[in-house]
Amino acid sequence: QMERMIVSMQDPDMGIKMRNQRLLITVIPHAMTGNDIVEWLIQKYGISEEEALHLGNLIVKHGYIYPLRDPRSLVLRADESPYRFQTPYFWTSTKWPATELDYAIYLAKKNIRKQGDLIEHEKDNYNLLHKRINHTWDFVVMQAREQLRAAKQRRRGDRIVIDCQEQAYWLVNRPPPGVPNVLERGPERRNCHTTRVQLNKNMDYYKREIEYCRKAMARTRVKSSICLEGYIKFNEQYVPHDPIMSGCLPSNPWITDDTTYWAMNAPTVTTPTKLRVERWGFNFSELIMDPLGRAQLLEFLKKEFSAENLSFWEACEELRYGEQSRIAEIVDSIYQQFLAPGATRWVNIDSKTMERTLEGIKTPHRYVMDDAQMHIYMLMKKDSYPRFLKSDLYKNLLAEAIIPPETKKRVFPFMRKQRHSSPSPALLLPAGDAEERSRSPSTAPVPEEES
Amino acid sequence: QTFLAIVFGPCDKCSKEKPLRPVYIKSEQLSYCSLCVEMGITPKHRDLPGQSFHERLSNHQLFAVHQVAERVEALGQFVMKTRRTLKGHGNKVLCMDWCKDKRRIVSSSQDGKVIVWDSFTTNKEHAVTMPCTWVMACAYAPSGCAIACGGLDNKCSVYPLTFEKNENMAAKKKSVAMHTNYLSACSFTNSDMQILTASGDGTCALWDVESGQLLQSFHGHGADVLCLDLAPSETGNTFVSGGCDKKAMVWDMRSGQCIQSFETHDSDINSVRYYPSGDAFASGSDDATCRLYDLRADREVAIYSKESIIFGASSVDFSLSGRLLFAGYNDYTINVWDVLKGSRVSILFGHENRVSTLRVSPDGTAFCSGSWDHTLRVSA
Repeated sequence: QMERMIVSMQDPDMGIKMRNQRLLITVIPHAMTGNDIVEWLIQKYGISEEEALHLGNLIVKHGYIYPLRDPRSLVLRADESPYRFQTPYFWTSTKWPATELDYAIYLAKKNIRKQGDLIEHEKDNYNLLHKRINHTWDFVVMQAREQLRAAKQRRRGDRIVIDCQEQAYWLVNRPPPGVPNVLERGPERRNCHTTRVQLNKNMDYYKREIEYCRKAMARTRVKSSICLEGYIKFNEQYVPHDPIMSGCLPSNPWITDDTTYWAMNAPTVTTPTKLRVERWGFNFSELIMDPLGRAQLLEFLKKEFSAENLSFWEACEELRYGEQSRIAEIVDSIYQQFLAPGATRWVNIDSKTMERTLEGIKTPHRYVMDDAQMHIYMLMKKDSYPRFLKSDLYKNLLAEAIIPPETKKRVFPFMRKQRHSSPSPALLLPAGDAEERSRSPSTAPVPEEES
Repeated sequence: QTFLAIVFGPCDKCSKEKPLRPVYIKSEQLSYCSLCVEMGITPKHRDLPGQSFHERLSNHQLFAVHQVAERVEALGQFVMKTRRTLKGHGNKVLCMDWCKDKRRIVSSSQDGKVIVWDSFTTNKEHAVTMPCTWVMACAYAPSGCAIACGGLDNKCSVYPLTFEKNENMAAKKKSVAMHTNYLSACSFTNSDMQILTASGDGTCALWDVESGQLLQSFHGHGADVLCLDLAPSETGNTFVSGGCDKKAMVWDMRSGQCIQSFETHDSDINSVRYYPSGDAFASGSDDATCRLYDLRADREVAIYSKESIIFGASSVDFSLSGRLLFAGYNDYTINVWDVLKGSRVSILFGHENRVSTLRVSPDGTAFCSGSWDHTLRVSA
């Protein structure tokens, strides 16, 4: 993709103005200044100067443009220093294997020319290579001498250009120590074309494909416009709660080093903040997933004599996300507490679901309670939740909720507040308890803030 | 909807014998074969009657999010700075994850080291050395008591976090997942007891941590799976995965079946992340674009790209309200996109090598980015 950009740069009409540059006494054709490059990038892509410089720098680092004056460092300077485009022969995308032999020839040439005065790391590499490919060393030296002789016959300008090109190429492929190698890649990935994944196209596969397509066609699709409206509504609701968009009170802990915000919004705190209580009103999900909200919901349900619904739901969650080995045990406990006739906390499920669940319990598995759990969840969501929002309990919570004052900006912003560490959640409970706790997904241990 | 009687005969355009459809061009009725119908209709004739179903459908396809979001206010200038720099990894940082306490993070690197930091104070709390290099996946357990990581060793291992001085963390290590190729991503579900993994062997799998048993496996990707994300809803049972076959697939955890799949990217999908409401997800790919897909409408609804961005996006995440999309790129920068308007809000520099991983903190106050320059930066 970089190449597309380079090609458009070289375009005679829209590309960068190229002038003949003077370098020492010789004239180099088709060169441009660093400034030109940056300006062109800014204009073409509508980006800021900082970004253009950054992008230009990357182009140089990857070896598509090389500097003429200071060929040893691949850096873009936004001034009058001259640059040239690298010939496509040397582009990194050709994946020309930069073999040791080639590198050896290059170093040998340099050695001869500079009469032994190579840079430190190049000297090291030269010696290393000498040792490694000793058998072909004569060949290397001969090649180097030939190339130098051929080069002498060219014009001075061309010679400089070719030298710079080669140098840039080797800078990219054999970076000096300390400079990151831009050609580095992560572990090799396989894409569709070189895949090892065998999609066994047998009967099963096609059966599944047919099933998938059938389901896909039968699925109801919502009109895009409605979905997009949904995003806007969601955005309106949540933006005031987004610390990056709207800031947070009293202050963002990362900016002011003040952890009050976290202390005030800890999972269990006596008085929640106003924003938090408001959030419980957005949808049922917010209420039930917040430990404090859930506790309040429990209080409310107790008053309505339907607290067992929430307990049942929590137990089902434990089943869904719990350990494989305990499934039978949990299913049994749920049955005893909530579903058996005459159970202490019997939950009210419709008879069909009850029948199906009781049948499923005979062969307990992780998802056996899903139907019942969903039924109870919907019951709470559609029935109890709207009443909760209208109740005095909730209204009181809203009234008592605090809006933390904004921390006053300090006079000396450079004085950093001492950053206190908070105890790790792993520390709070002794090892045995930690395992106990980690089994119940709904409650997380509370890191208490030191004041 | 009226059904057209199909006439068979020579097409007026290409003269081939095919089933024909009536087509109106400049108020003249012609009969084209279906191929010429697809190719021949120019936008001018969009609203003429007698249009085939195909044409009407393709004309509506370009409905994107920014058209609806025109009346939403534009965002002002954003000032985000690096607030913390975490140095300590000896090699490229490949992956990181936040703890639910909003300040601790776990990060993994190429040299096999996995470190748990309190990023607020920048202290290192735990460090483990894995027996393999390129640890590409790491995750924090919801309880904060354990971490999971894996990479070229094809396994996912869970380490319980302990502060006892005499304990060697590696001693209590539990090897949970076994794949036939490298592990590219892992994540705990709602509890410490289950882990979801994605691997270079083209499959995802759900494991029980305690016993190491495979609970469910997900086949369907045609190449390496690079990333996954769990749906935020507590009633849902789905997750999305993205892979080198350019597809993003949504799976049902219970049945192991693929529910939906999206294939509009031009190259490997490096990262997927659900929108906070759970109705959509974003993906970042090597083709230098990020895209937003809506699950209910079953299609792509936005593309976030710019001509000047030519490097692939390695990692994406939403801000808490879903208004901003942070994307880390291989050109060492982080671009911040306005999700609704489809435009770029700002660009953040600071890293000296590729940004390999980026996550927003659980309460949305900051985001942390890890890079190949051996550091992690928390910005707010």
